Amino acid sequence: MREPIAFFFTLVFPLMMLFLFGSMYGNEPSDLLGGLGSVDVSVPAYTAMIIGTTGLVSLTISMASYREKGILRRLRATPLRPRAILIAEVLVLLLITVVGVALLIIAAKVVYGLRFGGNAFSVLTAVILSTLSFFALGLVLAGLVPTARTGQVVAMVLFYPMLFLSGASLPWELLPEGVKRFARFLPMPHVVSLLRGLWIGEAWSEHLVNVGVLAATLVVGVVVSVITFRWE
Amino acid sequence: MQDETIVQVEHLRKVYGPVVAVDDVSFEVRKGEIFGMVGPNGAGKTTTIECIEGLREPDRGRVEVLGLDPQRDEYALSERIGVQLQESALHDRIKVWEALDLFAAFYSRSIDWGPLLEQLGLAEKRGALFGKLSGDQKQGLFIALSLVNDPELVFLDELTTGLDPRARHAMWDLVRGIRDRGKTVFLTTHFMEEAERLRDRVAIMDDGNIVALDSPENLIRSLGAETRVVFTVEESFEREWLTGLTGVERVERIGERVVAYGRGSELVGSVVSGLTSNGVDFHDLRTEQPNLEDVFLALTGREMET
Repeated sequence: MREPIAFFFTLVFPLMMLFLFGSMYGNEPSDLLGGLGSVDVSVPAYTAMIIGTTGLVSLTISMASYREKGILRRLRATPLRPRAILIAEVLVLLLITVVGVALLIIAAKVVYGLRFGGNAFSVLTAVILSTLSFFALGLVLAGLVPTARTGQVVAMVLFYPMLFLSGASLPWELLPEGVKRFARFLPMPHVVSLLRGLWIGEAWSEHLVNVGVLAATLVVGVVVSVITFRWE
Repeated sequence: MQDETIVQVEHLRKVYGPVVAVDDVSFEVRKGEIFGMVGPNGAGKTTTIECIEGLREPDRGRVEVLGLDPQRDEYALSERIGVQLQESALHDRIKVWEALDLFAAFYSRSIDWGPLLEQLGLAEKRGALFGKLSGDQKQGLFIALSLVNDPELVFLDELTTGLDPRARHAMWDLVRGIRDRGKTVFLTTHFMEEAERLRDRVAIMDDGNIVALDSPENLIRSLGAETRVVFTVEESFEREWLTGLTGVERVERIGERVVAYGRGSELVGSVVSGLTSNGVDFHDLRTEQPNLEDVFLALTGREMET
């Protein structure tokens, strides 16, 4: 881990959120939450938050700063292919994402007796799909921003509203209808909705819109980022 | 030295918007030599070197390196050359040994970089983070990285910019060492002294064109400039007789300072023995040879800014 801040927001911060709200609300089943506890509905949401952090923030900033500092320039002078650089970066961040999610789930399970009604393989697949989709967004941003500093600002400007308008931090159900209608155009609510659904054992077929939006984001993002990729 | 051509550049031209970076440049680099490209900032040296490395696409002209086209055969070429860029960086938190291992892994062939690090005086910095290295050490690491694939041809762009004089001299020794191991070195610099010390041949570049290309000795000789012998004497010194000495062409005097101008290898000897045999009490005698700075001045009518 060469970036202590990314390390914190991916691995530590979600746990802090978990323990903070866990200690406030516990994880007693509640009719308001359809018989689930507060932690049970929060964990998929925090997972979405981790994905947003690695995909949108970490990837954007690291690629933009590699370019700004001339690291990409130096790599270009080696036999290394550009796609190898991108794939390496994506794999590393994907691994970090999965580790972050795993830590979160383990902590929630051990401390709060997290309930899980879904299929682990399904949820993992959804996590990876969501992550790749956000990576594609991050790569597009990285190709567009001139410097790492701008990248940071742009990523934050996109990330925070998504965080609040997706159900990842504030409960989706509490958002006004107009805000929800707007928020459906953002990818993050689809991550939260998909993960929450699969978490309690809903079928993929109930979330085709979510999957469609994320897959489309992934494809468009990859195409655009390949076109806009710059070495310097 | 062998006369095999390793880099061939014909009518290279590169334009950035309204700025002509390289106008029309042709030259060749021979196997086993240190080829220096020297000129002021903005003369087009870096653009030229980057077109040869394959990092930039020329607008016009032909470039051939090791028999390859740097644009079409970018990856095949990058296996066989070593590159030190003028502006470049690594991740601040990568360690020296990690960077070397990483770069070694990029190439199908790589050398054991331990001795290299030793030679660069970086052996005890193996475990240091890149961000904590001094400017000299970073430069040293970039040199090591450019040699890790045992390249046939090494490009060093502004190798010693930002280094202190001692580090600069150490770097020069290193570059000679690279050449002595049978490699070809292509370097750019805006230090005339560096070009003069290192070079086998020097191309002087100005305003996107090569204005002269030869060994420094030939360039200086072609200038036909005078050597100066400068010394200080007592007020009462009569200078007229100096003009009669072998090799002395004319003499100037400014206060206590006397300057004898002349050509040829006898000048210094005849001035010194003349002074001694006449019992003149002289101090601070030194000679000033014409150098590449003078060549640049003569060719462009401008001083080299450094």
